[in-house]
Amino acid sequence: MTKDSGRTDNHHWRKIKNALASTATFVSAVLVIAPLGLVFFYLLVNGASSVNWDFFSHLPKPVGEAGGGMANAIVGSLELLALAGAIGIPVGVLGGVYLAEYGSARINSVLRFLADVLNGIPSITWGVVVYGLVVLRFKGFSAYAGGLALGLIMIPLILRTTEEVILLVPNGYREAALALGVARWKTIVHIVMKTASKGIITGILLALARIGGETAPLLFTAFGNRFWNHSLSQPIAALPLQIFTYAISPYDDWHRQAWAGALVLVTGVFCVNVLVRILTRGRAASVV
Amino acid sequence: MATPEQRVTERVEGPAQPPASSEPAPKLTFEAKNVSIWYGEKRAIDDVSLNIASNAVTAIIGPSGCGKSTFLRALNRMHELVPKTRMEGTVLLHGGDLYSKTIDPAIVRRRVGMVFQKSNPFPTMTIGENVVVGLRLNGVRNQKFLNERLERSLRMAALWDEVKDDLHKPGTSLSGGQQQRLCIARALAVEPEVILMDEPCSALDPIATAKIEELIYELKAQYTIVTVTHNMQQAGRISDYTAFLYLGRLIEFGPTTTIFTNPTERQTEDYITGRFG
Repeated sequence: MTKDSGRTDNHHWRKIKNALASTATFVSAVLVIAPLGLVFFYLLVNGASSVNWDFFSHLPKPVGEAGGGMANAIVGSLELLALAGAIGIPVGVLGGVYLAEYGSARINSVLRFLADVLNGIPSITWGVVVYGLVVLRFKGFSAYAGGLALGLIMIPLILRTTEEVILLVPNGYREAALALGVARWKTIVHIVMKTASKGIITGILLALARIGGETAPLLFTAFGNRFWNHSLSQPIAALPLQIFTYAISPYDDWHRQAWAGALVLVTGVFCVNVLVRILTRGRAASVV
Repeated sequence: MATPEQRVTERVEGPAQPPASSEPAPKLTFEAKNVSIWYGEKRAIDDVSLNIASNAVTAIIGPSGCGKSTFLRALNRMHELVPKTRMEGTVLLHGGDLYSKTIDPAIVRRRVGMVFQKSNPFPTMTIGENVVVGLRLNGVRNQKFLNERLERSLRMAALWDEVKDDLHKPGTSLSGGQQQRLCIARALAVEPEVILMDEPCSALDPIATAKIEELIYELKAQYTIVTVTHNMQQAGRISDYTAFLYLGRLIEFGPTTTIFTNPTERQTEDYITGRFG
């Protein structure tokens, strides 16, 4: 056997290895995307027929009666998101600014670690915590309790994304503003946060999309409600909770409504993510 | 030849003076006395005393890491932004102590403006907003006043004719040299007494550099200018006085013509002739 043919054999084997490796990565990529397609497919097949005007405009019908909708749950979810945002957005953003701009390196690394631990806590834990702190003390489930549980989940999420986008703002801008005799806090608010605003808003939207689908923390806080909520100190309906209740019920009509609810919820989250993509498209130009 | 130790002792005895000559002694803007600066354990500036003349351009030259930027930043307390900085000595601006406990660094920086190596117009603002941002954020609301100051600053920075129709465009849409002149206009708009320039041309092409140098020459009629450069030819072209720093120490200081044609210290001569650095 000549040297040349030896090299050719080797070359073939390399080509095969190369083909195997690219096939493996391709199959993995498909496996990653497939569940998303499956979810949408199932939701459309099972839920699309039940998504109609009644679904968005009517209250649930009593058991045994067909029809009705989830209007109260959709509005309830929006109210809960507003309450959660009122807690999670200011605390998360200000905390992120503190981590990026103030504080000592050692304290900040501790805070950062704690925020990461909080991000990893199962969401049902937050429900239990708020149940103990609020529901038991005030003797009742309420929209406030649900909003607090969701808000607490938002804080570490927003804190970390805010910190990261603020650290992306080049130091030259801070120095330029300070060298003009601008006070530190004004520099941070008018120069640094303004430069990072798209990133901060993106972080907030992603956090809202994430908690919009949370069910577990609402089980023993917001509790759910089959009627309109007239006071935030009363139990309130939420889309994921309603889906949960309907999905484990024995009635076919409720199952159909659960599918429809899930389709609406996923579409909502999807829209928020598309909005984020649109917002971040021009980001490279504005931050760097 | 004097040993390094002897030279240090000599320098401690009195601040290096702008040269005694037949002309009357120049008015002083800064008087830095025995300034030493540490970053943590590292000593960046070692006992530098230097007087900076008014309405003149003083260039600080020296190899990278010699402390020239640190010394420049000590003149408007920008070096304090680095954590764990420590300073000894005094810096007087028109006779007043810049480091007095009662003085807010923001006030110092309003009096002593700064232009940086890399042009840094704010990316979220238009050309016009960039120029007056210092006034706005310091509380000026009068639109007529802001407009006047906007035009005057841009004219002084020799940029008005190029941008007067594009004031609403983003500051970052300008070319590199224009951006640097925009930053100079921004610094001028708050009416400082002094302008510090930290290698203002090192990121620019020769034509843009020539424009900035011409601008510096014109500005010294109204401002005291201190500039850091590691371009020797530039120091020779634009400055009236030159200070040579090496390893955090002031090796030699005097009129630029003397430093470049007849330096006293061997190290200065070696550096200027390109034997090291």
